[in-house]
Amino acid sequence: MNIVRILFSYVIFPGFIFTAVVGLFLTWIDRKVTARIHWRVGPPWFQPYADFLKLLLKETIIPEGSSKTLFLLGPLLGLIGMSIFAVMLFNMNFNPSGSFVGDLIVIIYLLALPPIGIIIGGSASKNPLASVGASREMTQYFAYELPFLIALVSIIIKAGGSVKFGEIILAQQAQGPFLYSISGVIAGVVIFLCIQAKLSFVPFDIPEAEQEIMAGPYIEYSGVTLAIYKMTRAMMLLLLPLFLISVLWGGFANWWAILKLLLIVVLIILVKNTNPRLRIDQALKFFWIGIGALSIIGLVLAFYGL
Amino acid sequence: MGNARLWGLKKSPWVFHLAAAPCNNCDIEILDLITPRWDVERFGIVLVGSPRHADALLVTGVINRKTLPRVLRVYEQTPKPCLVIAIGTCACSQNIFTPSYNVVGPYDKHMPVDVYIPGCPPKPESMIMGIVKALKRL
Ligand code: SF4
Repeated sequence: MNIVRILFSYVIFPGFIFTAVVGLFLTWIDRKVTARIHWRVGPPWFQPYADFLKLLLKETIIPEGSSKTLFLLGPLLGLIGMSIFAVMLFNMNFNPSGSFVGDLIVIIYLLALPPIGIIIGGSASKNPLASVGASREMTQYFAYELPFLIALVSIIIKAGGSVKFGEIILAQQAQGPFLYSISGVIAGVVIFLCIQAKLSFVPFDIPEAEQEIMAGPYIEYSGVTLAIYKMTRAMMLLLLPLFLISVLWGGFANWWAILKLLLIVVLIILVKNTNPRLRIDQALKFFWIGIGALSIIGLVLAFYGL
Repeated sequence: MGNARLWGLKKSPWVFHLAAAPCNNCDIEILDLITPRWDVERFGIVLVGSPRHADALLVTGVINRKTLPRVLRVYEQTPKPCLVIAIGTCACSQNIFTPSYNVVGPYDKHMPVDVYIPGCPPKPESMIMGIVKALKRL
């Protein structure tokens, strides 16, 4: 019985299928809002599902001379990481005092899986543009991970030194969301920008810059494998804002969370549509110097309880 | 299975723009399609950067000895099922280049072409009409 429940939670709700369906819906919101900003009509609501179905039923080509195992492992890694992340996030929010041990350190590792998958897949596909994309992805990962970690440390300090996800949420329920303080706002801004980079949205879409290196690491992927990449991205579009809500904005075990989620997603889309792409060195400088300094200020403020 | 596949293909044809020695006029008209005025994303049509992602190849320009092997290569790289849409008189017949020594015939001599959209260059409206007609016929 227990095994069935665990399988259910990983595969159907809140793991893989639920997150994928909602995430694909959010990508429709992304495309529709983008279209409205461009003064266009935009695609119908079922567009992401149609794209997904079509990709699933198309031929999948493995390029000649590529490393087959790694090429196929790339998309899977990210998908697995995001499914586990979804289960942990939902469990922690709806049952914060439960015995399920989920801490932020595990989540940091799980969030590293999609970029690792992209790097592996991109370098395995034997295409010069894909390798350029993979190397940029790697650089960008190192760029945004530093401020992201510092911001998380300031959250841990605010939660009284606990790295347990459940306790962070309980602390917020007891003393109000962390976002309503100076260091909380700073951590929010830092994590928001890191989410933008994790999703590789403009201004941080350097790894897959459509106009210079076509689709970067995805260039050789077709059919099912491309569908999995797209779905992982869709799941991240749902899970990362939810993560922001749960570490800073009081968890999402209430109906307000839907509004908060939509607000963050629309903000991400607005930033995406009103900025030019940075170069990779500019992104590195931006994250290490600008945002890094900001996150350290936040850390000091959090230390003094502001 | 077949129905689902057809529905997916009809609702989200991603196109790859394969410019094989056109005069560039047809290409500009193709780019018009994604501007707010015509906005083909309404039909799920997206311009993609890699033939591996494409469901339809938009071929423009008159095919010659240099471009033929490359066009065939890209056609082979595209995952099937894939449509080939010949845009412009150059691609459909050979326009004014017929007597040239370097021209090796229109596209349908070398690969299956599903839609012909004549015009020099064709209007965006006629391209949309051609593509929609082709999708209906699938
Ligand atoms: S059909 Fe006309 S506009 Fe198009 S590529 Fe040929 S010459 Fe140029």
